[in-house]
Amino acid sequence: MAKTGFDVDDIRERFPVLHQEVNGRPLVYLDNAATSQKPLSVIEALNHYYTTDNSNIHRGAHALAARATDYYENTRKSVSSFLNAPSEEQIIFTKGTTEGINLVASTFGRKFIHEGDEIIISAMEHHSNIVPWQMLCAEKGATLKVIPITDDGELIMEEYEKLLSSKTKLVSVLHVSNALGTVNPMESIISMAHRAGAKVLVDAAQSTSHFTVDVQALDCDFLVFSAHKLYGPTGLGVLYGKRELLEEMPPYQGGGEMIKEVDFSGTTYNEIPFKFEAGTPNIADVIAFQKALEFVSTVGKEQLLAHENELLTYATEKLGTIKGFIPVGKAKHKVSVLSFLINGMHPFDVGMMLDAVGIAVRTGHHCAQPLMKRFNIEGTVRASFAVYNTKQEIDVLYVSLSRIAKRKN
Amino acid sequence: MNDIKSVQEEIIEEFSILGDDKESTIFYIMELGDKLPPFPEEEKKEDNIIKGCQSKVWLITKTEGDKVVYLADSNTDITKGLISLLIRVLSYRKADEILDSDLYFIDKIGMGSIIGSQRSNGLAAMIKQMKLYALAYQSKLNA
Repeated sequence: MAKTGFDVDDIRERFPVLHQEVNGRPLVYLDNAATSQKPLSVIEALNHYYTTDNSNIHRGAHALAARATDYYENTRKSVSSFLNAPSEEQIIFTKGTTEGINLVASTFGRKFIHEGDEIIISAMEHHSNIVPWQMLCAEKGATLKVIPITDDGELIMEEYEKLLSSKTKLVSVLHVSNALGTVNPMESIISMAHRAGAKVLVDAAQSTSHFTVDVQALDCDFLVFSAHKLYGPTGLGVLYGKRELLEEMPPYQGGGEMIKEVDFSGTTYNEIPFKFEAGTPNIADVIAFQKALEFVSTVGKEQLLAHENELLTYATEKLGTIKGFIPVGKAKHKVSVLSFLINGMHPFDVGMMLDAVGIAVRTGHHCAQPLMKRFNIEGTVRASFAVYNTKQEIDVLYVSLSRIAKRKN
Repeated sequence: MNDIKSVQEEIIEEFSILGDDKESTIFYIMELGDKLPPFPEEEKKEDNIIKGCQSKVWLITKTEGDKVVYLADSNTDITKGLISLLIRVLSYRKADEILDSDLYFIDKIGMGSIIGSQRSNGLAAMIKQMKLYALAYQSKLNA
């Protein structure tokens, strides 16, 4: 490895869950696109919060509340700098990517999408970036347009250009495909949308864990991701938005925290980001997420990506030599994900046989049924790599998969 | 003797030889599926799909004399193997026998931990459907 200071064994030491046997074999965890494992620092931060700092935030008049508030808001600052956002007020904590998209659909959508308007998504979207827009379009009488993809799993940009018009109000596209690993050309997608006068939401659920995502360089209007795919806790996500949009948008949910003043004659709303964070938020997980960001920063995004790319290349080449191995998604620019089929075998069977020897992969449609239909398949087997995976683990996968593929090939 | 109990005992004996090795067990289950008699292609229709299974499972019955005969297929090999076990125990039996049967071999061979809870639900759905067919046949006989 041409990297300095990158020691995968040292990294693995920080992830307690990796050190166990499953079905009598050492666990090989290759389901990172579903959720990544958590470093000890994140687990300890959760424990520490509940044992020493637990308190409700923003309004308590005591030491614990002040500490919890500081830690909570520190994470917001860290997320802001992680995304290179212009200000931390533009960082809103959500339950996850799905809630982030639904928030934008319910607020931006409610105010700015009208009858006859068009929203553009792509053929490789996750259901969470399809269904909220279908619901909004049905409610508003707007139309959903879909950017088609090639057989290799790349967006057809010429077709995208044709779909853009003055009717387009929003383009919502995933940065990296969870099912194929394709990295979409987000800069072009965004600049083309802006030229047509449309806003852009970036579903960054699968990109923030692999490479640097800079919201100002991208010039995106909204960006959403989940903490749990980025070595952080489950049940937590982030929505970034441009200030003027967030300020213009109506609140998402009503309740405590999101108000300035409540009177039976009417209510005034709080400033951003609090306007969008009704109720007691997920304090513990937000605070622990700080440690996940620190972990990524300690490893270094460049080193992390270089390691994962090396694994992906190694796996693609090695598994490609297995008779009956059919890769699904062969985009030129990919990250982390290797989706495949074994000729003559159902993905469920392959997944179950791999599980029998301690290898964790995902099988099925990956919440992207329209994409599976595009390839005329029911689903795939998906191996997805994270910073703690090793070539040895890919060798283990190779040996098992070779044995499995022999059944039918 | 080839009654429901003795066939179950046979299966328990076979699985005990495999021991705790999950990989061998899964391969064995799939091999059992490979030996299922062919299922008529024209019967692979929506009406014959068992609801409640994650995989697609087609099940039909016919009768030979007073015996109920099951034919089944699935789009996944492991599920085919599971069905083949059920067919081995329940097919070519009188409806009464099928309805009275206690399929204890499933727990005894630790199927729940082999296939996981989702597939266990699917297995339960298969058994339910097989018994429903037997019940329908019995009702017809008594009518």
